[in-house]
Amino acid sequence: MGFFTDSSVCIGCKACEVACKEWNEVPDLKPAWSGNSYDNTLRLGANSWRHVAFVERVRQDDAAGVRWLMSSDVCKHCTRAACLEVCPTGAIFRSEFGTVVVQDDVCNGCGYCVVACPFGVIERREDDGRAFKCTLCYDRLKVGEQPACAKACPTASIQFGPVEELREAAQARLEQVRGQPGGEEARLYGADEGDGVGGFGAFFLLLDRPEVYGLPPRPEYRRRDVVTMWGAASVAAWLLVGGLAGALRWRR
Amino acid sequence: MAAVERREEPAERPLVPRERPRSYYGLPIVRRPAWTWEVPLYFFTGGTAGALAAVSILARWSGQHRMGRSARRMALAGALVSPALLISDLGRPARFLNMLRVLRPTSPMSLGSWTLAGFGTALGMAEAADLAGLPVAVTGTMEGAAGILGPILANYTAVLLGDTANPTWRGGRHLLPFVFSGSSLAAAGGALCLAGPGEGRAASRRMVVVGTALEQAAFLAMESQLGPLAEPYRTGRGGRLAQAHRRASWAGALLVLAGRRSPLLQRLGGALALGSSALLRQAVYRAGFQAADDPAYLVESQES
Repeated sequence: MGFFTDSSVCIGCKACEVACKEWNEVPDLKPAWSGNSYDNTLRLGANSWRHVAFVERVRQDDAAGVRWLMSSDVCKHCTRAACLEVCPTGAIFRSEFGTVVVQDDVCNGCGYCVVACPFGVIERREDDGRAFKCTLCYDRLKVGEQPACAKACPTASIQFGPVEELREAAQARLEQVRGQPGGEEARLYGADEGDGVGGFGAFFLLLDRPEVYGLPPRPEYRRRDVVTMWGAASVAAWLLVGGLAGALRWRR
Repeated sequence: MAAVERREEPAERPLVPRERPRSYYGLPIVRRPAWTWEVPLYFFTGGTAGALAAVSILARWSGQHRMGRSARRMALAGALVSPALLISDLGRPARFLNMLRVLRPTSPMSLGSWTLAGFGTALGMAEAADLAGLPVAVTGTMEGAAGILGPILANYTAVLLGDTANPTWRGGRHLLPFVFSGSSLAAAGGALCLAGPGEGRAASRRMVVVGTALEQAAFLAMESQLGPLAEPYRTGRGGRLAQAHRRASWAGALLVLAGRRSPLLQRLGGALALGSSALLRQAVYRAGFQAADDPAYLVESQES
């Protein structure tokens, strides 16, 4: 199960942010004006599991109008999830719904997932010490409910369902949007299983390049990288031993 | 004159820039580490202890017993300090044993925790066996186990940093282990120059020189491979630390060489070699903050 977030119909109401906070008892943020359009949440983190981005752009060809892009961001629930792979305690697991969830009774706050996530989603909560992120409402899914954010979204910008079905719907929607004014740069982000993380469980239809919304253009996590790194480290370890043996003038 | 210029300006200036944005209000994409000061310090203590454990068994095999014992005791000190540093960094220190709850091959931190646990146990047992006067074979076996785990301990932390989304750490993932190996080798030599027995002085000096050469060569290679991603090693706090490291490192090697007949100079050189190894880990750690904070590094590295 997963999300398809269609940013072309997002109206920036932040009902998803509020519903998520309410349901999951996510602590509040200290109120502050950022000056970045209507966005005072700024980014995903331990205490914001949904984040609505507001992008303002003056188009080169159209001096009169400001283009206003809104998109609700969330944990991507990657098919190859870096946070899960690097977690040394096994606190992060793949649920029966295919989602990536942190067990807060196991996490010891080592902070490795924080630097491993290609999207900067998961974060250590300062006053608590453990890492938190979107659970894709694991508790609601267990009783057959849909996640709080999708339920609250008034424009169906956030759609919840089996990822395969959502991908088909997203493809159809993309073709529709591309034919309309302002849809020239529309694209699906994270709907391709061949991408750097094997596709997202929560993917998006964006109207501009990913970095414009604060998303990495080509996120990547591959298991074979860790194998080649260990290979390099083994050679380096042998060099260390060789250097020591040479320095000690050691001969058999 | 000024009035004319003002008239030529458009009546309303756009509040938002016209150019294509390269980021979302310049906000970071990946996160900077949540770790505290203990972590880069552990990279140093663990790395130095690892190399010293290897010295201990190699010295035993080559008949330099006083040198071996001295190296082993210093390694043991490092093996005792290291877990304490790591536990105090945890968000929930009381749950430190969860590190040994699973063994996850894809997690360098998991493999590293097991390595450190085995390393400390082996060194502790070697020391106990030696003090209890058990047969030399028992002590030797335990030293051997620590000597095998030691070189892994010295550079797995480079794998740990490479296996992240941080563009500068990730970009250097295949060369950083060589930097850490060289630095650990120099630091082990430095520790022995500083406080080791007289019989191992020449060997300790050679360790400092060989380690420094390896570390500096590997660092240069890593910087050139990183290209624009090496900028965090040249500017800001990461740059200052990297420069301090470079200077301390070369000064340490030179002093150690100059100190062939002067124990004081040799000790000073050894202290510099140790300090430069600690500075290296700080530089790499801090460069990671800079690389994470500016989204341009990540976006550029993923665009090409």
